[in-house]
Amino acid sequence: MVSAWLDRNMKWIFTLPAVLFIVVMVAFPIVYTVRISLFEWSMSTNTPPKWVGLSNYTHLLTDERFWGSVGRTFYHASVSIFFETVLGVLIAVLISRKFRGQKIAKTFLMLPMVATPVSIALVWLLIYEPSIGLANQILKSLNFKPLAWLGSVDLVLPSLILLDIWQWTPMIVLIVVAGLTTLPTEPYEAASVDGASPMQKFFHITLPLLIPTILTAVILRLVDLLKTFDTIYATTQGGPNYASETLNLMVFTEAFHYFKFGSASALMMLFFLIIMIVIVTLIALKKRLGGLH
Amino acid sequence: MRMLKKSMIACVSSALLLTTACGSGGAGPAENSGAPQAAAKPFEGKKITVFVQNHPWTDTIKAALPEFEESTGMKVDIQGFSDTQLQQKLAVQLTSKSESPDVFMFRPYMDKIQYSKNGWVTPLDEYVKKDPGYDFGDFVKSAVDENIVDNKLLGIPIFADQFVMYYRKDILEKHGIAIPKTLDELKEAAKKVHDPANEMYGFVSRGERNSLVVGVSSYLFAEGGDFIKGNLMTGATAAVNTPEAISGFQIYADLLKNYAPQGVLNMAWPQAAGIFAQGKAAFYTETAAVYQNVTDPKKSLISDKVGFAMFPAGKNGVKPFNVAAWSLGINSNTQNKDASWAFIEWATNKENVLEIQRNGVPGTRNSVWDMKEGTETYPQDLAEAIKETMKVGIGHNVPQVISVGEARDAVGTIVVKAVLGEDIKAAADKANADLQAIIDKDKAK
Repeated sequence: MVSAWLDRNMKWIFTLPAVLFIVVMVAFPIVYTVRISLFEWSMSTNTPPKWVGLSNYTHLLTDERFWGSVGRTFYHASVSIFFETVLGVLIAVLISRKFRGQKIAKTFLMLPMVATPVSIALVWLLIYEPSIGLANQILKSLNFKPLAWLGSVDLVLPSLILLDIWQWTPMIVLIVVAGLTTLPTEPYEAASVDGASPMQKFFHITLPLLIPTILTAVILRLVDLLKTFDTIYATTQGGPNYASETLNLMVFTEAFHYFKFGSASALMMLFFLIIMIVIVTLIALKKRLGGLH
Repeated sequence: MRMLKKSMIACVSSALLLTTACGSGGAGPAENSGAPQAAAKPFEGKKITVFVQNHPWTDTIKAALPEFEESTGMKVDIQGFSDTQLQQKLAVQLTSKSESPDVFMFRPYMDKIQYSKNGWVTPLDEYVKKDPGYDFGDFVKSAVDENIVDNKLLGIPIFADQFVMYYRKDILEKHGIAIPKTLDELKEAAKKVHDPANEMYGFVSRGERNSLVVGVSSYLFAEGGDFIKGNLMTGATAAVNTPEAISGFQIYADLLKNYAPQGVLNMAWPQAAGIFAQGKAAFYTETAAVYQNVTDPKKSLISDKVGFAMFPAGKNGVKPFNVAAWSLGINSNTQNKDASWAFIEWATNKENVLEIQRNGVPGTRNSVWDMKEGTETYPQDLAEAIKETMKVGIGHNVPQVISVGEARDAVGTIVVKAVLGEDIKAAADKANADLQAIIDKDKAK
């Protein structure tokens, strides 16, 4: 009797924990955030949340600070991902060759990635320090003019991008190295027989075969990049002025400095939408390219 | 309908507020009449939680605590946070109407209107009168005024901030410059000693958008400007684009732009104080409270070469700010109001204020400042500058609105843009519109 019931409902019972988890940890927070985004609320107990409909959204969409943040988010993410991917693939190919000290080299490469982001940010804050920092000491010893790095409106994002490249290129390396080990050897043997040069082998065999792996790495990295918060907050808090304020930093400021929880939630929803669009596009791209090989 | 509901809620909540206020006022004195002397250990078995900022103030109080716990019988759990953490933690506890913490540190100049509107703190007017020996009249008047909203006393000021000028005695001597008494003289002096090739900058101060608002306020007042005209409750207008205000912003921005080290736009006070302590700047305008960062040989390379003076005068005279930086308040939802007050009363009595002040935290009791013991641990010129500033100082240093954080960002942008070489009038007009929008929204709250 019982076992028959169990048999019939097996699929529900086994999926229930996962469904519950998703409802509690993902669906509920999203629905709740959508709800808050339709109110104006400063966490006050005397003044209850005030229904404002979509005005939080319309206000944001006409706010130049919002569009500035969108632009900076994409600028930071796209430049970083470009260099991280190119460097990551190159380093991965180099490091996969057999050489003395290969293991040690691999270990050192992973170090930036496993360190705590905030401590990395503090280290770079010192490196970029205009008067005593390492970066300017090097420039001075090479007879260049010292730069303001994080203190300059024009340089702050490139400086942060450099930090991100240093920190996260190893992640691309790691994934691509794993991908390289799974490549079949036959195409290479065939190419050798046909007299292909190493460069030709790289561009015509290695790279095409690696495309799905690289795209996976890019997607994983891009999601994190768009959400970058820790290093930026710990180094500049979005400054100077608003020159390094990305969407995530703006959300934080709206919520925890201004106590505008409705507006912050609306911003979060728009941000969520933007990331979804980017990722869905990339996954579609991966399906198309992945299918070619 | 919605209107009706809203006004009902407002009625009920204000009624609630009133009853708590009356309740504490009425019950307090009767229950506690002469308690500390009469009954030994009047609070035996009670436990209160106190949220404070990690600060030299806290260290001194913690060290003295065992004695207090012994004599009253209560247990005091002091929890220290960094100031941002404290602010966030308090916001969560207070909005959820938690009974804990019983006592907390807050910044009246930032928080008082919000805390008062939200009914988060217990008015203390009746408590301070209970024991004549406490001598509430001894507190610096401007610091007390900072804690009053709608004629209710929300907190007891525990330490104050006065804006003063730090300078390098040796550099001034070398160049034969007198201590600047006006902002024009300060500009001249900074120009004269500015020598970036040898890593000596004429001036340093806060340049970070949000943080610099406190730094620029005294310049603003000296030139006859202010952030806002009028009172938020009765009708206020943003005033950051008046000619006087712009003149104040301009002087500060010029000093930063022409004589401060690179990267100044990322500097809050710790970074600016660091530059000065490394001996790389000749002048530094800052609150007096952080002076140990540049006079302590462990933190400073120029500890014996620092001089202090009154903040220079502008067209409107000498107008540095003098604010009650932090106060102690009692949670309106606590069950232990009397025990909480007993703690505050003890922590802010003359002996403790003296002890704390001797440890480098400028207190808010006149009698302590008049004592030799109260000032002998300070550099003499600093003690003079603080005392003088307490007499003439302006009681605020940020826009007096509810959304202070947002207002500071709007105003700070003026200086940042000016340092970056943009048109200051346009920046001020834009900031003024933003500030006015914040005021209008706050008024509706």
